[in-house]
Amino acid sequence: MKIHEYQGKQLFRQHGVPVLQGVACTTVEQVEAAAIQLGSPVVVVKSQIHAGGRGKGTVYADEAMHHKVMDGGVKVVKGASAAKEAAGKLLGNYLQTIQTGDGCKQVKTLYVEDGCQIAKELYFSILLDRAAAAPVLIVSSEGGMDIEEVAHSHPEKILKAHFDPHFGLGAWQARRFGFEIGLTPAQIPAFVKTAQALAKCFIETDADMLEVNPLVVTTKDEVVALDSKMSFDDNALFRHPDIAAMLDPNEEDAAELEAKSHDMAFVKLGGNIGCMVNGAGLAMATMDAIAQYGAAQGAFPANFLDVGGGATAEKVTTAFKIILKDASVEAILVNIFGGIMKCDTIATGVLTAVKEVGLDRPLVVRLEGTNVKEGKKLIAESGLTVIAADDLKDGCVKAAKAAAEYRASKGLAPRAALPTPAAIAYIPKGKAKKAAKGKTVKKADKKAMKKAGKKAAKKAAKKEAKQAKIAKKAKKAKQR
Amino acid sequence: MAVLVNKKTRLICQGITGKVGTFHSNGAITYGTNFAGGVTPGKGGQTWVSEKGKNFPVWNTVAEAVKHGGATASMIFVPPPGAADAICEAIDAGVPLIVAITEGIPARDMYIVKKKLANSSSRLVGPNCPGVITPGECKIGIMPGYIHKRGSTGIVSRSGTLTYEAVLQSTNAGLGQSTCIGIGGDPIKGTDFIDALTLFQHDDETKYIIMIGEIGGDSEEKACAFIEKHVTKPVVGFIAGSRAPKGKRMGHAGAIVSGNTGTAEAKFAAMRKAGVFIAESPAALGETLLIAAGKR
Repeated sequence: MKIHEYQGKQLFRQHGVPVLQGVACTTVEQVEAAAIQLGSPVVVVKSQIHAGGRGKGTVYADEAMHHKVMDGGVKVVKGASAAKEAAGKLLGNYLQTIQTGDGCKQVKTLYVEDGCQIAKELYFSILLDRAAAAPVLIVSSEGGMDIEEVAHSHPEKILKAHFDPHFGLGAWQARRFGFEIGLTPAQIPAFVKTAQALAKCFIETDADMLEVNPLVVTTKDEVVALDSKMSFDDNALFRHPDIAAMLDPNEEDAAELEAKSHDMAFVKLGGNIGCMVNGAGLAMATMDAIAQYGAAQGAFPANFLDVGGGATAEKVTTAFKIILKDASVEAILVNIFGGIMKCDTIATGVLTAVKEVGLDRPLVVRLEGTNVKEGKKLIAESGLTVIAADDLKDGCVKAAKAAAEYRASKGLAPRAALPTPAAIAYIPKGKAKKAAKGKTVKKADKKAMKKAGKKAAKKAAKKEAKQAKIAKKAKKAKQR
Repeated sequence: MAVLVNKKTRLICQGITGKVGTFHSNGAITYGTNFAGGVTPGKGGQTWVSEKGKNFPVWNTVAEAVKHGGATASMIFVPPPGAADAICEAIDAGVPLIVAITEGIPARDMYIVKKKLANSSSRLVGPNCPGVITPGECKIGIMPGYIHKRGSTGIVSRSGTLTYEAVLQSTNAGLGQSTCIGIGGDPIKGTDFIDALTLFQHDDETKYIIMIGEIGGDSEEKACAFIEKHVTKPVVGFIAGSRAPKGKRMGHAGAIVSGNTGTAEAKFAAMRKAGVFIAESPAALGETLLIAAGKR
């Protein structure tokens, strides 16, 4: 979960990290009052959106970004009336930055902050290093810059070190980095203190990312967090109701939030095939496969949706509602591998949902696993037009085709074909295990299995393999 | 021989008196797993009755379960706030194999677990995983037992349902499985790909390996470097998440492309470099396995 700069600074204050005085505002009048209250000759009016690069962003009057208002979502101004004027150009408008992708974000809150005399700008961040199972501290002398760019052009200017999350950041670690980035002896004590406080804040709030860019050294040798960017481990939010309450619904996708409230993971992807899958891995593989096999018809996944292991009929219904709300969805693919969750339960859920929600778009269902026969039977006998698919590939092909037909039925032109993703399949040369003697599958059976559709042959092969296995097992048991 | 678990593995369940713990303890018993009982602090001395009507003891501590029940493996169904604590308890009690099914353990808690593990002889599988199974001998976890067939494929995967795809297809291909290890979808975990690959490489029964990864982190890249040097058995692989947008968490806590690290492209490239047989989709895992096994 991400929070705004002004919220991050609240947490900084609570953990003893020096920040400047500031006020969060949602109206121009509040901005004017805040500037008067702060009383300093120069104040900074900062757009609060969940994306970096705000200072170098572009402000537009409309979401479509046709009407540019001005450059920069962060304004350094002199006096209250100038602050009010800047606020008028920011509030309610849309800010596009290097981190908002192709889109932009509406500015609903401004943070009005004191100015300060900067002697040096530093980069400071702490991330969770999964491989090391420890937080990693990253510091650079190149503050205020795009850090990815610095990492690319001057990797030697980026210092990294792990620290023990239970011991905290050692003073010696911060001190060494302080000297290595060229701070003067007079600046070191404040740097060490601030760095340790930031590390403490990271650990105690269960953050998975904390970035201060820039962390500034003032002309009075103070070290102040001029910016704040934090995100938190969602799994730990149960310990931090205060942080969980900082969630800004304006910054989140409504469908993602709704799915989350039902314990499902949802990510909007923008395509035309709605997906409902159980298990994150299978859900990802399903969206990959749609892009792979549906490219010719311009098919692309509309979403990632993992209904989870314990999906109930109610959950499935909610999932359907979320998917169908997306107007660009032209077909739905349900891909379920029933493990503990039985296929007949899923089928019942799908049928209930379809009846309740009213299905106006084609539905392709692929069921596999526990009680698959019962599940398929329920769907077949429901009288609903559900397209059955045999496996993942078949499901994707059928969904892409159904979406194309749906468009045609609405009198819409076919989608332009998308570039087919590079082939994934790879067979290394000379690596295959030489066919060994006495393996469980016989040549004739393999040939039979190769021909898709010959179910009987498949069955026979399976049966034979089973018998061979049983015989083998018995033999083994004897040997023992 | 299989790896990690067999008929002798004596299993307990931490969180046995909960709904999920009860359900999957029954699943393990029905499958034929050598089951000793369970642990729920405060409910020690009670009797837990399986769905077939058999009585099992409940202990207050894992130490008791080891002492009186002879536990050699524990599966953990304790909810997230107490799960890391439960793992640490099992480590302290000297349980050799700990399988944590629980999803949603905070990363900070896993720091402690990793530290404790490093100074112990216990092995942790998971968290946020389907578990471990040696077909016909021992099932620890939430996987559907009946799709498994004893055979020669070792399977290791970060995803639950994708593992089931691999299992069913290797069963249908007639090759079966030696042991399947679900290492889980969390960023900080116990057993990783390299550990599982090492086990499979040294196991006589395992002739082929299926490795299923996903976006996020660099475990797959490290595993591929390991395969190049140390694994002589054919490896079939797949990575889920080619189409995932950057910076978005795809269901699993660990499945996120941050910056330019953790992409599917990089992982597929590492697999090609290591000579892994790559399936074009999870639907083709069985077919690719047959090719790798020289049966196509």
